[in-house]
Amino acid sequence: MTRDLPVRDVAVVAFAQTDHRRTSEELSEVEMLMPVLHAVLAQTGLKTADIGFTCSGSSDYLAGRAFSFTLALDGVGAWPPISESHVEMDGAWALYEAWTKLLTGDADTALVYSYGKSSPGPLRDVLTRQLDPYYVAPLWPDSVALAALQAQALIDAGDTDEPALATVAARSRDDATANSHAQLRGSVPQGEYVVRPLRTGDCPPIGDGAAAVILAAGERARELCDRPAWIRGIDHRIEAHGLGVRDLTDSPSTRLAAEKAGAFERPVDTAELHAPFTSQEVVLRKALKLDGSVRVNPSGGALAANPVMAAGLIRVGEAAARIHRSESDRALAHATSGPCLQQNLVAVLEGDPR
Amino acid sequence: MPEVLKAPLVVEFPFTRSLGPVQGAFLTGLRERVVLGVRTSDGRTLVPPVEYDPVTAEEIRDLVEVAPTGTVTTWAWNHAPRRDQPLDTPFAWALVRLDGADTALLHALDAPGPDAVHTGMRVRVRWAEERVGAITDIACFEPYDDSPNGGGPAEPAHHTGEFEDPVTGIVAPARLDYTYSPGRAQTAYINALADRRNVGERCPSCRKVYVPPRGACPTCGVATLEQVEVGPRGTVTTFCIVNIKAKNLDIEVPYVYAHIALDGADLALHGRIGGIPYDQVRMGLRVEPVWTEGARYPDHYRPTGEPDADYDTYKELV
Ligand SMILES: [Zn+2]
Repeated sequence: MTRDLPVRDVAVVAFAQTDHRRTSEELSEVEMLMPVLHAVLAQTGLKTADIGFTCSGSSDYLAGRAFSFTLALDGVGAWPPISESHVEMDGAWALYEAWTKLLTGDADTALVYSYGKSSPGPLRDVLTRQLDPYYVAPLWPDSVALAALQAQALIDAGDTDEPALATVAARSRDDATANSHAQLRGSVPQGEYVVRPLRTGDCPPIGDGAAAVILAAGERARELCDRPAWIRGIDHRIEAHGLGVRDLTDSPSTRLAAEKAGAFERPVDTAELHAPFTSQEVVLRKALKLDGSVRVNPSGGALAANPVMAAGLIRVGEAAARIHRSESDRALAHATSGPCLQQNLVAVLEGDPR
Repeated sequence: MPEVLKAPLVVEFPFTRSLGPVQGAFLTGLRERVVLGVRTSDGRTLVPPVEYDPVTAEEIRDLVEVAPTGTVTTWAWNHAPRRDQPLDTPFAWALVRLDGADTALLHALDAPGPDAVHTGMRVRVRWAEERVGAITDIACFEPYDDSPNGGGPAEPAHHTGEFEDPVTGIVAPARLDYTYSPGRAQTAYINALADRRNVGERCPSCRKVYVPPRGACPTCGVATLEQVEVGPRGTVTTFCIVNIKAKNLDIEVPYVYAHIALDGADLALHGRIGGIPYDQVRMGLRVEPVWTEGARYPDHYRPTGEPDADYDTYKELV
């Protein structure tokens, strides 16, 4: 199989995130976000005026604040006017847009950020508003219920069972003890059923947080970072919106995105998977053909911190940061959006040979 | 740290959506206790039906009736139903492949408990008593014994999908309840305003004073932390005349809504102008706030009687 390589070398050169918490009620969205923007710029020594393109991801539904992304832009310092864009999606898709912008040669650097405040609203119900408005949304099936349908399908297919899911939960929170930003760390009880077969331990924590990365192209990346995390490929794919049309035990969109991103050309040593529910890690491992040799979610993943709209970008950031620290040479980052892994993005990152 | 201000915030909206030929027929069918699917060119039957083949994107219009009975393909036990969900007693969410269909429909399944539910179990539609042409015309599914003792399998009729008085749209109400908290800068502003003081914040970089403060200087992208009291008087920088009465607002039209640069502020805030006929309000008019007993913010602004401000003194703030 041959694949067209990106026309330009673009790398993640810096990554910052907040501590993710159950609530950030004492801060507005921009007040929560701004320190992360300052931190990521400080890592590179860049100022807002040095950034060629800025792109953000967020959703007004989370906190119920219309046009909150325009207020968040206050934290960037957008004067004189900057080249800027926003996606009503996870920040991983903002990163995708920024990456394409850099490929065109229109810019050499990009700031990508995303944030989510889930604490002001009823998140499980808020997420029902993204569903098919004719046949599904009027029933208000909440996010845990839909994930539970997928988990039961996996159990019925013999792909997992409740003890195996508990193992995923425990490993994630155990790994998160090394991640000071994580919301749930260490020993977390598996708890009672939320929606059977999923227990509290199988579900992500609900919380607030923000993240930012800086992308740079070519030599600019080498100037800004000792070991840039080069994006060797990135792709995103979506499945039919009808849940009953899909095989919930598989993720063909993830597999296709991974193929297009070049993930299967050589083994990766690390994978940061955006699997908010334990059962979704089972699906992703299968779709991505990850075996025991791959370190999965050393950060603790979304089971340790799941700021909605930022958790996918954080996967890219965490994978890149491991390359920056020379803890990885080739890493896969995955982000998801929608119910039961409906839409999936895969990026493959590499460090220069050591 | 001062106490975090909080207030309930309800976001409520009725979405009015048109349906088109396939979804309209399906929802009209539910009103008439008929379940319709749509056939793809490779012979699959999709229930619920869609207008375009999810695999090929081909336009599909061939409606076929399927049975109101089917098989659970996956399920999840919901012991604590949430507001607006189909049943208010514990139930199973289920994907049900109706007899004659190749895909599954999401709905609630009324069962006594999780031990009574399993993948592969037979269920049938329980119709809502009042049906309007909506997915909720299916009240839920219920367990169904299709052995000969239980009455045997249901046979679909062969409905054409043509109905009298078809449903062409739905109104889908949605309500989400939030707890709003304004953050550090606006909390300080609101608390000061309760003492009838306007306290803005100064940018440490460009020195501009923002009222109300939003916590960051939008020009410099840095936190504004130095608090500065401004006003109470100010200058009308620009205005408009409102001629349409807003819902739930007890103000006679026409009235004037204006941008007001409080003395010492580098950004105009807005407020209503009163105490002067609407057609005499002008740029440069000097105004002051009018408070009502117990209010947490000025009711409106009225002329101070001072000479109008020179355009040059406020032109940067227009
Ligand atoms: Zn400033």
